[in-house]
Amino acid sequence: MFEGILITIATAATPLLIASVGELVVERSGVLNLGVEGMMVMGAVTGFGVALATGSPWLGVLAAIIVGALFSLLFGFLTLTLVTNQVATGLALTLLGLGLSGMLGESFVGQPGVKMDYIYIPVLTDLPLVGKLFFGQDPLFYVSLLLTAGVAYFLFRTRAGLTLRSIGDNHTSAHALGINVIGIRYLAVMFGGACAGLAGAYLSLVYTPQWIENMTAGRGWIALALVVFASWRPWRVLAGAYLFGAVSIGQLHAQALGIGVPSQLLSSLPYLATIVVLVLISRNRRLTMVNTPASLGRPFVPDR
Amino acid sequence: MRIELVKRPERSQLFAAFSPFIALGLTLIAGAIMFTVLGKDPVEALYYYFIDPLREVWSLHELAVKAAPLILIAVGLSICFLSNNWNIGAEGQFIMGAIAGSILPVMFPEFQSWIVLPLMLLMGIAGGAAYGAIPAYLKVRFNTNEILTSLMLVYVAQLFLDWMVRGPWRNPEGMNFPETRTFSPSAVLPEIWSASGRANWGFVFAIVAAVALWFMLSRTLRGFEVQVLGQSPRAGKFAGFSQSRMVFFAFLVAGGLAGLAGISEVSGAIGQLRPTISPGYGFAAIIVAFLGRLNPLGIIAAGLVLALSYLGGEAAQISIGVSDKVVRAFQGMLLFFVLACDTLILYRVRFVGSSAAKTVEATQNV
Repeated sequence: MFEGILITIATAATPLLIASVGELVVERSGVLNLGVEGMMVMGAVTGFGVALATGSPWLGVLAAIIVGALFSLLFGFLTLTLVTNQVATGLALTLLGLGLSGMLGESFVGQPGVKMDYIYIPVLTDLPLVGKLFFGQDPLFYVSLLLTAGVAYFLFRTRAGLTLRSIGDNHTSAHALGINVIGIRYLAVMFGGACAGLAGAYLSLVYTPQWIENMTAGRGWIALALVVFASWRPWRVLAGAYLFGAVSIGQLHAQALGIGVPSQLLSSLPYLATIVVLVLISRNRRLTMVNTPASLGRPFVPDR
Repeated sequence: MRIELVKRPERSQLFAAFSPFIALGLTLIAGAIMFTVLGKDPVEALYYYFIDPLREVWSLHELAVKAAPLILIAVGLSICFLSNNWNIGAEGQFIMGAIAGSILPVMFPEFQSWIVLPLMLLMGIAGGAAYGAIPAYLKVRFNTNEILTSLMLVYVAQLFLDWMVRGPWRNPEGMNFPETRTFSPSAVLPEIWSASGRANWGFVFAIVAAVALWFMLSRTLRGFEVQVLGQSPRAGKFAGFSQSRMVFFAFLVAGGLAGLAGISEVSGAIGQLRPTISPGYGFAAIIVAFLGRLNPLGIIAAGLVLALSYLGGEAAQISIGVSDKVVRAFQGMLLFFVLACDTLILYRVRFVGSSAAKTVEATQNV
């Protein structure tokens, strides 16, 4: 029972974690992409459709990653090459993604999807108490942990990571040092898009293997909030994602137990929790000032 | 080949006026391509989207019904966006306005008088403004990102409405359908000219609000304050303008207008509360605001364009079987093109081949 709850929490947290870690890299490079929700829902519809057509969830995941990255390029082209307002363009990406996915996925509604198998390692998975939790989850759960570790290592232990952070903190100086600001930002944006696509595929291939319009239900926005909550640090994103996973699973269990609180009010808990968490973290102005990438959201036109 | 931006010495008046039209044109081209891919005749499809709804009088009335909430919300949002307050929760403020405004007709259906309607509208405005005040307060007091809080509140409002119409406010004589009782005649927003169609006074409110805010923005000190604080908060500070008061002002105006749109929609077009009362007006209004170049008068035109796309979506679904989902994809594309074309106002775009680029650099270095 207890193990079961922990596993469902991990399942709820994983898509948030993947999308959030991707966005963290984007924001560390100084770009604010509010289109996470849109890229995620595009990943969800692509993953579902490709898995349905080919019968292979892995091909679905791959396609979702590619589509997520390509879709983010649209945002990249506008904000990086045409220097449009990042907030407005991110919103546009979300609106476009929600619209396009609804259109593309219309024939998928009500179709039984393809579910990704859980991992099974003889002996280890059968261990009592922790076997399923550590050795018997879906493969993407492990991918999400590796991704977090990889991003943490990349950002704070490699030269390339330092370069990326320097762009996010002061793009003018980075440019003066001969760093290709726009090129690196393009890569960061695409990485974020790929992660969001993967997170979306997780929803439609693992979390609930079916296609429902707007099935991301604000998770892309919660992922954005998690980046702020984590003050742009990968391991804190992990903590935040699991906290939110726990809140959403907790409210589901409360609904099942029928504790007399209307289900709609319980369903709004994750959104309210997001607001509370944002308030708690941003009231400390100095902390936010220190951690926020200084060039975040600022337009950059290289002087030649 | 790469694309290079060259800053113009001053804003291009030409592109400032024409960029929305270029964006519309590009959207139509992209739409035609999309319909071709979907296997439909693009000319026929675009005809049903953008011409057919304009051919009959009742249909023009429907256009006004759809345009009213879009314009009301978008002019409020223009104040927010101009003053650098990213309120993207208008959908929630719309819903809360609708709920607050419905208190009288739902809970006190026996109370019927000429005063009911004005009270409902006022309560709708108050409800929307109060809901808009939440992200404003959190931004001013705790420095919380208003984009995320205002958006989260949309989901909360949607769930709250769902609970209200299934729970406490469900129509006792409604055979368990999730909807409130239908409003009594004294609580229904009258039609402007009921002989020919359904358009209600909501459209008049929208035009009045747009003109009033246009006047405020272009002719008053408060309007100047909005622009200064939006473009340069530092300059605004030196001028003695208060950033926090502006945050509240922008959110209260936008929330109030969204609330007015909400109660007008429920009282005028629907006649009761249901689990879903908006086909995403609060989000489409963001597109309207940008398409109207954040100018309230431009927003009237932009609101009509977006309303037309909603109507066209319905027409195209009936006549040529294109899914109504296509509309939202269309609207998303439109915002992309609008934003891209706005670049032309401040920059000249130059395409340079890799060898040409070197020559340019060489000449500039001399």
